[in-house]
Amino acid sequence: MCLAVPARIIELEGDRAVVDAMGNRWKAKTTLLPEAKLGDVVLVHAGFAISQVDEEEAKKTWELFAEIEEVRSENFDG
Amino acid sequence: MLDRVAQAQHTIEQACRGLDRQITVMEVCGTHTVSIFRSGIRSILPEKLKLLSGPGCPVCVTDQGYIDAVMQLADREDCLIATYGDMIRVPGSDGSLETRASRGNVKVVLSSEDALQLARDNPGRTVVFIAVGFETTTPATAVAVQEAASEGIPNFCILSGHKLVIPAMRALLSGMNDRIDAFLCPGHVSVIIGSGAFAEIVNDYHRPCVVAGFEPLQIIEGLAEICRQLAAGTAELKSIYNAVVSEKGNTAAQRITAECFEPVDGYWRGVGKIAKSTLALKEQYRQFDAFKRFGLQDKPGKEIKGCRCGEVLCGLIEPMQCPLFGTRCTPQKPVGPCMVSSEGTCAAWFKYGRRK
Ligand code: SF4
Repeated sequence: MCLAVPARIIELEGDRAVVDAMGNRWKAKTTLLPEAKLGDVVLVHAGFAISQVDEEEAKKTWELFAEIEEVRSENFDG
Repeated sequence: MLDRVAQAQHTIEQACRGLDRQITVMEVCGTHTVSIFRSGIRSILPEKLKLLSGPGCPVCVTDQGYIDAVMQLADREDCLIATYGDMIRVPGSDGSLETRASRGNVKVVLSSEDALQLARDNPGRTVVFIAVGFETTTPATAVAVQEAASEGIPNFCILSGHKLVIPAMRALLSGMNDRIDAFLCPGHVSVIIGSGAFAEIVNDYHRPCVVAGFEPLQIIEGLAEICRQLAAGTAELKSIYNAVVSEKGNTAAQRITAECFEPVDGYWRGVGKIAKSTLALKEQYRQFDAFKRFGLQDKPGKEIKGCRCGEVLCGLIEPMQCPLFGTRCTPQKPVGPCMVSSEGTCAAWFKYGRRK
């Protein structure tokens, strides 16, 4: 449950953001990362952005997740 | 990337060759546990290097007494339980939240904000947010509590079981399991508390602490750094997760957490009471404290019969040494929390460990 996912802020109003990771979009808040700006890639955990992430790092994680999803659907269902 | 893996592997092998004893490295993060298994890192490590999973899964370390308090609240007509999904199947002394969910008073939420929204939408019932998790998760709870206070939402409260990683590491080193030679420190906890927070472990106990991310490459490079230090007989604090973790951590999150919470003595499954290891709401937020509102106590609960999660969490035994592992206890029918949570050590061993 400590999993945090890098995602890009694609909408931002006050501390309410919409974030995107590989096409998945969800709401998050930037209360804990007041310096976050539109377009930033941030680490999102339990509905909150908790740190900035550099683009490269995020890409690696997204690739890893994509791979895991593939493996999961192949091997670990049920 | 393969070069770097080979390089790290070489460092590990050389270091181990030079040591005349087994070395034990503990990771204290459920995500590390899963990543280590999934990537098969264990299979390329020398025999001499032993990896142990420590108390890094928040659901697993939560004491039975707390779980039983949750069940008591779930049995009340006037309460609505808002919980992260991981908690839902954890067995209490009498059933789990899952068994109570059919009555409609248990809701799975993805964030503390969702729990607060549930309170706004259900003014007739008290929403109790089951607030578990380490330093990464706590600030989110704190934000919700502050919002509830400033908005004046009377029917929202939290049952804080939030835990601190460093007191647990200290407790392990001061007696429970002093065989631990080094720690692979949790990346996302470090995002909040900063890599510098582990300096006290290095200084007070002379154990290498290396903060690493979750990709296999980061983990193996972290292990290589640990082995290098152990072979050289040094103990240093090092972060190889610099793209995300700073030395000071997220100070805004630390501030909000400190405004709402203070450390108190708390119970951990298998470890027992650890001084100043659990976060309780400060007096000024007492109206949001479910323990106070419902007159509950955070007291130690009865351990589940036959389950050896406590010893697993302290790295004293491996899941396979539990007689129930894989027989009476499986992810489909878990007996203890270490088999329930996808980050639990028993679940990881069940899913991946036997493939080796
Ligand atoms: S295998 Fe099951 S019963 Fe045994 S320690 Fe793990 S969770 Fe507990």
